[in-house]
Amino acid sequence: MRTTQGIGPAGNNLEGSEMIDKKHIGRTTAPQTVDVEKGRLKFFAKAIGETDPVYSDEAAAKAAGYPSLPAPPTFTFCLEMETNSLWDNIAAMGVPVGKILHGSQSFKYYAPICAGDKITFVTKVSDIFDKKGGAMEFIIEDTTATNQDGVLVADIQRTIVVIN
Amino acid sequence: MAQPKYADVNVGDEPIKLETAPISRTTLALYAGASGDHNPMHIDIDYAKAAGQSDVFAHGMLSMAYLGRGVTSWVPQSAIRSFSTKFTKITRVGEKIVVTGKVAEKMEAEGEKRVKLELTAANEKGEVKLAGEAVVALA
Repeated sequence: MRTTQGIGPAGNNLEGSEMIDKKHIGRTTAPQTVDVEKGRLKFFAKAIGETDPVYSDEAAAKAAGYPSLPAPPTFTFCLEMETNSLWDNIAAMGVPVGKILHGSQSFKYYAPICAGDKITFVTKVSDIFDKKGGAMEFIIEDTTATNQDGVLVADIQRTIVVIN
Repeated sequence: MAQPKYADVNVGDEPIKLETAPISRTTLALYAGASGDHNPMHIDIDYAKAAGQSDVFAHGMLSMAYLGRGVTSWVPQSAIRSFSTKFTKITRVGEKIVVTGKVAEKMEAEGEKRVKLELTAANEKGEVKLAGEAVVALA
């Protein structure tokens, strides 16, 4: 039995027992739409030490050709996190939050995301596999991000590593 | 911002260099709030200890955001076509992150001139925390 106990952001106690069931491959979230909020973008710029006024001053953003403040490159991930798909998926798989690490992250960008946009995310568990005789398990999740005009703005992929 | 020109860029150039202040608990608290990643492993030392860690550790995505700052310090964000990283080591409270970006390849794709950048986020001792890359379009 695993001894590490995780307490998830939702306050749920989760104790893992076995390898992740491969039946979760293909698990896909219902589309969820998230607002891109200007105040949140300013807060994010502050939190990452971004001082380029394009990310906090609307006049500078407009002068740079954006309709409003642009979301910095990794903020796309934060918006997707609002859908709770990561936590829902690992909870469904019985993985304790305290045992996961972020293995890798990638983005392909097709159009900007700016304040005022509404972005719809769909996240799919693309693969689950293990290494080192099950000591490490890997969850690959692929997400599409589509804006309010139906334009695909980004493809996102993350790898979550479970340390058993 | 003076934008780099494809013709002026050479493989091996290192146009990106950025050093952050040491990552503090405040940095992590602000990042948790702003990013929406409320995983207690990054902000609650009691939780981290109960999970077998000696202390909280930084969000990997905070350092990826620093890589992103590095890229957008060189080109406008609208020029970024792809951006990825592997998280190779945990970043601890008190560590500074040094971002470097090196031109790895020049190419043409989808009717554009593009440059592939090799990106790293390391601590002051040069221990690599993130190994990433970005593809950007240049005029």
